[in-house]
Amino acid sequence: MGIVAIDKDAIQKMKPPVVHRGAIGWLKENLFNGVFNSILTLVFLAFLLKFVPPFIKWAFIDSVWFTTGAECKECPGACWSVVLKNLRFVIFGFYPHDLHWRPFGAMLLLFTLLFFSYHKRFWSKKLGYAWMIGLVAMGILMKGGIFWLTPVDSMKWGGLPLTLLLSVFGLAAAYPLGVILALGRDSHMPMIRYLSIGYIELIRGVPLISLLFMSSIIFPLFLPEGVTINKILRAQVAIILFTAAYVAEVVRGGLQGMSGGQYEAADALGLNYYQTMRLVILPQALKIVIPPTLSVLISAFKDTSLVVIIALYDFLLTSKTVIQHPEWNGFSTEMYLFVALMYFLGCFSMSNFSRKLEQELDTDKRS
Amino acid sequence: MTPSESEPKVPFWLDPGKRAIGFQIITCLMVGLLAWYLVNNTLVNMEKQSIASGFGFLEREAAFEIGESLIEYSASDSYAKALFVGVLNTLKVSFIGIILCLIIGLFIGVARLSTNWLVKKLAMIYIEVMQNIPVLLQLFFWYALFYEMFPSPRQALNPMAGLFLCNRGVALAVPASHPAYFQMFVALIIGLALGFGLKRWVKKRKFTTGRDFPVLWPFLGLSLGLPLLVWVLHGAPMQMDVPELKGFNFQGGIMLSPEFFALLLGLVIYTSAFVAEAVRAGIQAVSRGQTEAAMSIGLKKKHILNLVILPQALRVIIPPLTSQMLNLTKNSSLAIAIGYPDFVSVANTTINQTGQSIEGVAMIMACYLVFSVSTSIFMNWYNKKSKLVER
Repeated sequence: MGIVAIDKDAIQKMKPPVVHRGAIGWLKENLFNGVFNSILTLVFLAFLLKFVPPFIKWAFIDSVWFTTGAECKECPGACWSVVLKNLRFVIFGFYPHDLHWRPFGAMLLLFTLLFFSYHKRFWSKKLGYAWMIGLVAMGILMKGGIFWLTPVDSMKWGGLPLTLLLSVFGLAAAYPLGVILALGRDSHMPMIRYLSIGYIELIRGVPLISLLFMSSIIFPLFLPEGVTINKILRAQVAIILFTAAYVAEVVRGGLQGMSGGQYEAADALGLNYYQTMRLVILPQALKIVIPPTLSVLISAFKDTSLVVIIALYDFLLTSKTVIQHPEWNGFSTEMYLFVALMYFLGCFSMSNFSRKLEQELDTDKRS
Repeated sequence: MTPSESEPKVPFWLDPGKRAIGFQIITCLMVGLLAWYLVNNTLVNMEKQSIASGFGFLEREAAFEIGESLIEYSASDSYAKALFVGVLNTLKVSFIGIILCLIIGLFIGVARLSTNWLVKKLAMIYIEVMQNIPVLLQLFFWYALFYEMFPSPRQALNPMAGLFLCNRGVALAVPASHPAYFQMFVALIIGLALGFGLKRWVKKRKFTTGRDFPVLWPFLGLSLGLPLLVWVLHGAPMQMDVPELKGFNFQGGIMLSPEFFALLLGLVIYTSAFVAEAVRAGIQAVSRGQTEAAMSIGLKKKHILNLVILPQALRVIIPPLTSQMLNLTKNSSLAIAIGYPDFVSVANTTINQTGQSIEGVAMIMACYLVFSVSTSIFMNWYNKKSKLVER
């Protein structure tokens, strides 16, 4: 071992590491470290100053909230009245006015279930059953016809409940189908594998609106004479078929992430294929793909807006209808900002949830 | 339970091999039956409603106008030609959209990793907001904004020379046509071919002799210098075709319709947020140790980026990037909602006029399948090329 000379004076003079910085220190480190970054900061600050204050002035200071369309036209700021005055139509569409409490109740039920599903500590079989009962109850609330509820023709469903129903039922039905397709794609039986691959690639290769067109103009031809299925259900089928292909690819990723040892261990225990899948492989595979599954859900939620193209009055189309009304013509910015905010809140909370889950579920983290 | 040893043969329903065959036969039968049932119903229904089948209608006169077209088209042309115009319009918006969204996405993805707090946060806000709003809503928004915010052609906004914004669209100045441009284009192709040839040669020489040769500058010189040389030889034509207000609309330059512009804007903004995420994930996937290792063997900074970081990051970035490009192409089908005449929109008009719904939807699906199959062929080729060779 060599001898190292230690400069004791230098050690004495060394400053302790900085553990706490003031505001100026923070600014120096994060905004003005180096010439290039300082210029960038100044450019972006100028940009923000140019656009943010006028926007705030337009959206809040000069805005009107509870006026008629005519008064809005004279106002220099945003006309949020277009949203507030038409809120009930935007949210519930053509659902009979005095029965609005029913779709409202269905949405409330959905949000309650979502709230409990948000916290992992509530996850149990009971929650699963609650979801099943809840979905049925939502359907009954919307449709009516039993328990003294007046029936409401599903052609009158619209607005936010329609958007939520299409996405929630879409995923609920697409998920098992997707798992089956993924297992099929992973299967050793060639015919089943090719059928699954064919289905998945076919659906993933075409845009959703081609399937929606198919649902609106070709499905009726597929059915035997005299049998008709209403448009919403047909669109729902198209969304399920579409989402299932994406779920299948996500689940396949999870299946590929399983090590061969898991299958061998199951074989060693003498489990057959169904037991292996149900007890060993799927629980693990599905767990690792929960975050990507949620991103499929987010896209499914956003994609339901495409039913506008086949003229279903979902949340987006009810708002579009309002601004086409002569009284409210010209306020589409306000209306679309509101709709965008609603979609953003929905999707953003889902993606936050997925990030949170990813951390919580990472149980075999080694680092 | 004790296994009966007296039975040497397994019954056929317990033999995995035979059971698999049986299972496959049953599945195929079921799928076949379902298909037969649907086809049969369809045939019966079509006969009842006396719908003709087949693609004969493609020859007939389309009798509808298409707002914008890359080739000559009039209402007296056939449906086939109208659909071809639609395909070209789809390709046009997808091609320009893909290039723009790659550029913007790359910038935002890098900005997301900036050390500058403000830049980082703004990039994050952009990504989060744009990813979480349905693309159809964004299209509606831009389209409505175009009509509500922009004035009539007479009071067109003129933010910079040669650019006019009005509710009829965006008018843009372009260089006036000159024979030099075609030759410059040819020169560009030749330059690029020479450049790639040079790159090949350099790579080969490096593998055999180990000697390095700069590629970037000669490559840029060949591909950009040759067209520039042609341009100068032609006496550097500078004439611009500036849009001018004549009557009710602009003449000259190129005019981008509001539909095209809104579609392009919506698709680019939406998709670039996803591209930015892919870029960020790719760069972050290269572990810090790689940079440190490269530094410890004394590589220069630019070599670290070129030879160590980028090749590894690209391997992670390219697959999601391709699927985003494909998504943009598929999402361009939403053009129908704002009236840009892309393939789906033209096909839909065709379906409405002829009643050939099955053929129409089949053509839409086939068209997009061709796009996605060609993309996945390219992807497989690229994957094979850039696969990690483990020794």
